[in-house]
Amino acid sequence: MSTLVTRGAGRPGTPWRKRLTPYTFVLPTLVGLGLFLIYPLLSAVYFSFTNIRLETLTDPPSFVGWNNWRFLLEDIRLGKAIENTVWLVLVMVPARMLGALLTALFLNQVKRGRGVYRTIFYLPALAPPVAATIAFVLLLKPGTGPVNTLLAKLGMSSPPLWFNDPDWAKPSLVFLALWGIGDLMIIFIAALLDVPAELHEAAALDGANAWQRFRYVTLPGISPVLQFAAITGVIATLQYFTQAAVAASVASGSVTAGGGITNVFGYPNDSTFTYPLRLYTVGFGTGALGYASVLSLVLFAVSLSATLLLLRRFRTFL
Amino acid sequence: MHLLKKILAASAITALAAGCTPSAKNDPIATSGVEPTGAIEFWHPFTDREAKAVDDLVSDFRAKFPKVTVTVKGEQDDGKMIQAIGAGQGPDVAMSYSTDIVGRFCSSGAWIDLNQYIQRDKVDLNRYPQVIKTYTEYRNKRCAMPFLADAYGLYYNKSIFSDANVTAPPKTLAELADLAKRLTVKDKDGKLQRVGFLPLFGFYENSPSHLGPMVGASWLKPDGTSNIGSDPKWTELIKWQKELVDWYGYDKLEEFRAGLGDEWSAENAFQQGKVAMNIDGEWRLAFLKDQAPEVKYGVTSLPVNDMSRSGAGYTTGNVIGVAKTSANQEAAWALIRFLTTETSSIVKLCNGIRNLPSTTDARQSKDLVVDDNYRVFLDIHANPNTSTTPPSSVGAAYQDEFSAFLQQYQSGEAADLAGGLKKVDDQINNLIKLAG
Repeated sequence: MSTLVTRGAGRPGTPWRKRLTPYTFVLPTLVGLGLFLIYPLLSAVYFSFTNIRLETLTDPPSFVGWNNWRFLLEDIRLGKAIENTVWLVLVMVPARMLGALLTALFLNQVKRGRGVYRTIFYLPALAPPVAATIAFVLLLKPGTGPVNTLLAKLGMSSPPLWFNDPDWAKPSLVFLALWGIGDLMIIFIAALLDVPAELHEAAALDGANAWQRFRYVTLPGISPVLQFAAITGVIATLQYFTQAAVAASVASGSVTAGGGITNVFGYPNDSTFTYPLRLYTVGFGTGALGYASVLSLVLFAVSLSATLLLLRRFRTFL
Repeated sequence: MHLLKKILAASAITALAAGCTPSAKNDPIATSGVEPTGAIEFWHPFTDREAKAVDDLVSDFRAKFPKVTVTVKGEQDDGKMIQAIGAGQGPDVAMSYSTDIVGRFCSSGAWIDLNQYIQRDKVDLNRYPQVIKTYTEYRNKRCAMPFLADAYGLYYNKSIFSDANVTAPPKTLAELADLAKRLTVKDKDGKLQRVGFLPLFGFYENSPSHLGPMVGASWLKPDGTSNIGSDPKWTELIKWQKELVDWYGYDKLEEFRAGLGDEWSAENAFQQGKVAMNIDGEWRLAFLKDQAPEVKYGVTSLPVNDMSRSGAGYTTGNVIGVAKTSANQEAAWALIRFLTTETSSIVKLCNGIRNLPSTTDARQSKDLVVDDNYRVFLDIHANPNTSTTPPSSVGAAYQDEFSAFLQQYQSGEAADLAGGLKKVDDQINNLIKLAG
């Protein structure tokens, strides 16, 4: 490299320098990608064939062949983790998008106090996930929480147990996610404002009703933003960790339990035990980083596939 | 994507660290009597009142060893410690509140084998009960010393007992089940208002490790593989527990449990009188004194299936070791020796934290503050049938995998007990195999 620079420096405008210039512009990005994406990815592939352990990262790991990959098919807790994660992707992502879109549409119709409403709906998105989850679990806490107290006063004899009921725990997480739709809502509001008003006027002149204008003008107009929201939503939900871990700990009544990790994850009855939680318990609870590497590679492959699918086929959903 | 990137970045960093950090030191240790010098860092998990007691003791160490500078960092959990040591950094002296870590740290060498120091300084390990010696070593490698000990017993509410004309706490599992039913109160709709004993696995301290000693169940075979499916005592315990859960109704119990306060808060269900009997550790004595001094309670050993095992319970404790990355292992050992072998240190810490002493001479010390309830735990701890969870190369994973199945079984989601336990065995054995 130094030789090239020395030679080029003496003769500006030579083909060497011209050819090299664009590469120098992208070099920082290439270095970053190589160091923080390609190298770790290849490392994970390598580690997935070894017995590398958390406690002895400085020691060279031994090769164990396909052992870690074989356990992927034998791990009895993985099935439930996958089931829960798929459920959340299929329910939480559309629910958040729909909730954010409806809120954005509503706020675009508001004439007075629009800024105040936007702020109110956006504020929950600023709450730290851990604090928000703790607050939500306490709000929905059966027996002492204000929500069930109110429901009981309204005459409901057996209000849901929310985070303490295996059937309600995941829907409760969806409610929590819906509460925090402010981030998506802001993007949707911006996208809706970008849809040309003349298109709506032309459609109206052609006799299109409100639903038809939404279906054939608004939705296509904001489809790139919807696609973005779907992709980022799916990826984030595949990695759903913090809220599930905190909700389970708080709802189980052992939020500060000793051992530190893992034994209350999934409460109640593994209903909130997600794929990333399995990855974490294996990697940090058991210290089996080889198998954790397998799980992370599978997660990466699934995230990539979902992204490619949504990039290519998103329009078919509209 | 963020998590994935973090994972990938962490992999890169750790891989880089692998190439840049020193491995364990194998230098020969100094001869006996050499005065330790230099700086060391001590990580422990305690907070508030308990951290203050540790700080006081470290001050005593500084006075005795003025040439050693000790930096104390509290509120350090196992996760931080493991990552720091794994990356070639971290403390010189590390403490864990869980014995579950011993197998992982001994087998991997993350904590050094202390035998060389113990032999050089002629530390008498016979001062420690056998059960403590068991949970501080792994396959003849003693990488940990016991800091303090814990024992589990049955707390019972004397006021509730008195109102129900119950004169004595249960001694057997059958008596516990009978009393649990008798002391339970339901409203006119059948909702639970108070339970005699809340048998759900996962509730507060109701883990298989704490309940297993009631039947003398064993965890691992001598070769280190899982014995859960093969030991009929586990089946006996699980059937007893399921029968009681079914008497209450799983949904009703979960509904009741959902309205209870956090275990570590003043809203603790036993402290609130919502649970008449509860399994808990000796530390609850301090919590009761602090948070619910009005509660009239008693403590007894765990009910058992066989009276020949009466008085036994579950014991565990804090463990402390020298990280392999320590640059000053001699001074680190000096601190550990001071904290874990000197009777005055142990007694002072016991009186401060209200845990149990780990040595027989500290237990008999006249300076140890003992009342009737505390003595119950001392007796449980000293009982020859008292047991612990064995160290394993996978840490607490064998308990976690079992607990996950028990949650499903008690809810009725899993019906095949024998088949489920077999799967748990296979799962644990696979994890042990992966650990190498």
